[in-house]
Amino acid sequence: MPAKYLIQTKPEPHRFEPLTPSGIIAWEEGCLKCAVCVKKLCVYGVYDRRGLNPRQMIESIDNQCMNCMRCVQSCPRELIHKSRNPEYTAMGDAHWTPDIIARLWYQAETGKIPVSGAGYPGPFSGPGFDAMWTDMSEIVRPTRDGIHGREYISTAVDLGKAPAHLLFDEAGGVASEGPQVDAIPLPIILRLPPFGDGSEDTLEGWALAARRLGTFFSVPLGRVRASWGEFGPSLIPVLDPGVDDLQRVPKWFRIVEMGWDEGWRGRFERLQSLFPSALAAFRIPLVQDAQERAAELADAGVPIIHLEGGVDGRWRDTDARYLKDGIRAVHLRLVEMGIRNQMTLLVSGGIAMAEQVAKSIICGADAVFIDLPLLIALECRVCRRCTDGLPCPVEIGRAAPDWVASRVVNLVGAWHNQLLEVMGAMGIRDARRLRGEVGRAMFFEQLDRETFGSLGRMEEGFELE
Amino acid sequence: MVRTPSRFRNPIGKYRLHRTSACIACGLCVECCPYRVHVMRRERVEVARAYLCVGHDCKDPCHLKCPEGALSLKRSVDFDTLGDFRWTPDLLASTWHMAETGTVPPGGLEYRTGAAGGGFDKLRLRFRKEGGSTAGGGAKEERSAPWPSSSGARKGETGCPPRGSTWTEDGDGVDVGVELNRRGDHAHRIRIEVPFYGGGMSYGSVSITTMLSRVKAAALLGTFCCTGEGGYPDELKPYDDHVITQVATGLFGVREETIQRVRIVEFKYAQGAKPGLGGHLLGDKVTPGVARMREAVAGHPLFSPFPFHSVYSVEDHKKHVDWIKAINPKALVSVKVSTPTDVDMVAVGSYYAGAHIIHLDGSYGGTGAAPDIAKKNIAMPLEYAVPRVHRFLQEEGVRDQVTVIASGGIRTPHDLAKIIALGADGICTGTADLVALECIRCHNCESGRGCARGIATTDPELMHLIDFDWGTQRIVNLFTAWRRELVRILQRFGMRSLSELVGQTDCLAHLDYR
Repeated sequence: MPAKYLIQTKPEPHRFEPLTPSGIIAWEEGCLKCAVCVKKLCVYGVYDRRGLNPRQMIESIDNQCMNCMRCVQSCPRELIHKSRNPEYTAMGDAHWTPDIIARLWYQAETGKIPVSGAGYPGPFSGPGFDAMWTDMSEIVRPTRDGIHGREYISTAVDLGKAPAHLLFDEAGGVASEGPQVDAIPLPIILRLPPFGDGSEDTLEGWALAARRLGTFFSVPLGRVRASWGEFGPSLIPVLDPGVDDLQRVPKWFRIVEMGWDEGWRGRFERLQSLFPSALAAFRIPLVQDAQERAAELADAGVPIIHLEGGVDGRWRDTDARYLKDGIRAVHLRLVEMGIRNQMTLLVSGGIAMAEQVAKSIICGADAVFIDLPLLIALECRVCRRCTDGLPCPVEIGRAAPDWVASRVVNLVGAWHNQLLEVMGAMGIRDARRLRGEVGRAMFFEQLDRETFGSLGRMEEGFELE
Repeated sequence: MVRTPSRFRNPIGKYRLHRTSACIACGLCVECCPYRVHVMRRERVEVARAYLCVGHDCKDPCHLKCPEGALSLKRSVDFDTLGDFRWTPDLLASTWHMAETGTVPPGGLEYRTGAAGGGFDKLRLRFRKEGGSTAGGGAKEERSAPWPSSSGARKGETGCPPRGSTWTEDGDGVDVGVELNRRGDHAHRIRIEVPFYGGGMSYGSVSITTMLSRVKAAALLGTFCCTGEGGYPDELKPYDDHVITQVATGLFGVREETIQRVRIVEFKYAQGAKPGLGGHLLGDKVTPGVARMREAVAGHPLFSPFPFHSVYSVEDHKKHVDWIKAINPKALVSVKVSTPTDVDMVAVGSYYAGAHIIHLDGSYGGTGAAPDIAKKNIAMPLEYAVPRVHRFLQEEGVRDQVTVIASGGIRTPHDLAKIIALGADGICTGTADLVALECIRCHNCESGRGCARGIATTDPELMHLIDFDWGTQRIVNLFTAWRRELVRILQRFGMRSLSELVGQTDCLAHLDYR
């Protein structure tokens, strides 16, 4: 058994006060100056530690308040209230919701799994991955003594290609090419976010995080600095044949990625001859004919296919379909062709929460890229001001590489622990065996109609309550 | 029923009434308000109980009637910071209303469904319109109704307050009780007078006062309450006949003596909030008292492993059930499981192993701390699991031999009626009890000293925020209101007993498939 893979996390404080869902409004006017003021009774000592953060003009109490409402409910003059914070509600968009962003901040800061009491507060189901539940097993499963207990759950996956079988010559020697794979200890690869105020320091921090985690950081070759030689084995350079001179690309990369276009066959051959020891990855956009393109690539022996969805977790050419459906379609096509086990399917696009890593794999991916979460780990509020050339409110570009790496390691560490939680509950001890295991999942589309489709009809003479 | 207001000076309501200095204290608002929001004190009028205001549902709005225009109606900003998709601020406030008054809110609050956008919140009870035939969707025959109309029931004119600990079929002629032993074996014959009992909350996760309030309320309501897995405190002894003791994977505080003391023993294989994950009591909450009860060391976190290390097959499970029956032959055995894809097989397996009660715990409930990823993603919603189990047990021909209890996210009497119509015999409550004790679902039960409102804490100072009698009465009131509302629902279906509703899916409609 391999050594246990553990991600070392350590608390890494924020540079800016995080936005909170609600704030305290405390009026001074009309105060009775009670001998025992409700502010002094605060269980969390919020009012004792209040202060103004002059850089952000934020009062510290909002970030310390735990919403117990006792002061609101006890002040004899009703001078204390809580109100929703419009800045918080305005963060992100329908896919990158304020709650997702705030939870990613928490994980990047603490390295811990988000835990809360009092049951599940969210919607019944939702679009995309939210229309999926993962299974659990009542009794027959790895025993659990906490997630790092006695029984090891492996999250390692292989990237690359493996032949369906070996050929032998007459002397009994192996006559065919063996597997060409590179294993990573967890099915998560870092990837340059689609936008963001990242500086060279930021990128260096992400590369450092990839190395500490033992995974890869995928970044356009043009943004790889000569001084990053030490990170070489942890990088997946994204080559652009229109810009990059392939002859001059350093030869020590283990994986190189290229975008798909009409001339991909020629470039695949060229890549193979220029980088005989590297694995070639081709990126195809998640659109209507993605299955066909993936089939063509796999048929030609491309070891790694990267299926790229939109940043909103949907297909690139339609809002009505989600990454989940795209992965299932491409995976099934490759299974039908009988070559799914011989190549690797990586996916990207809108992966925002740890559960989506497990769900992507259940749908048929080998591993996922995460991009925007790398930025959110650095306190990004997904305001997208940077895309308009406006300054970043949390000055991401000014963060030091070590801080960046530490925040990202914390985030991925928390995700890894959550992956262990769901795998353990499913009774899966090896991430490689989770791929395509839709039997370990439940789908809204199927269950909802099956359960509710045959209830009473709304007819004349009836009313609903 | 005893009116039991909030223990806080300023209860949170949906509306706020603002009175300007233009008020001439004419008292018109005091007269016109049926909800006693305004009070005349020393020739001044005050907004004394704004939380009782029904806002725009008011038939005679004071702020429009005021001759001086001194009153204005606003939505409370505090109210809008509360709640979530499942427990909307409206559901929280209506539960508080029920816990205070024993009746459903007269208006202004949506007390029947939440905003989760699926499952319970898209299911509706499907009644025949009044004035037409009186038979409900699922009822087989027409009946004339010898009871008051539903509007009467809503005002609290039907239903009776609990008398002692037996509370059956008073006046309204509708039987909402549930027989728990359907195997007809030599074990206790136990009937609960309301179709719910209290779900397990351990000593340690909640305070002893919370625990006692729940158990005493259960005794008054003629039902049961489960200890959870933290042992069986001696304070519960007077209520032994209404206690279910839990045997969970950590076996904390489980002794022969505790198993022999009760009439129902519950095996907890999994719990809905963290299916497939063990329990975890943080070190902070392991006070000397908790440690003693659990036979552990104070200050150290306690893991309740998953699964039972002694059960790896259905045969092992039978051995477990037999073990309880050997120690206490008269005990009913309940088996609490979560809702995996094969929940139907699990239920049948439990039946053949000798269980009297199959308890399905869905993923929306749970009162203790759990990883968010588990609560949201692992195992199927209760609304899918119950009909699946009901059908499977029917096909197996054993449905009438076993009691199916559902739990995990049942928030209202409407949720209760819906899950019964989907195939359960009864339910367990948990979060609703805590909301009755004025939990506001801040989700911080696990951090630091525990619940700042004194409900889920073992901190000696915070624990005293709740008075035992107050807590008991709040829970009794809440469930009195639930019972009345359930009776009203059954009457509208033309049913005389809750058992008629079990599995009657044509009493329901789903907004997406009507």
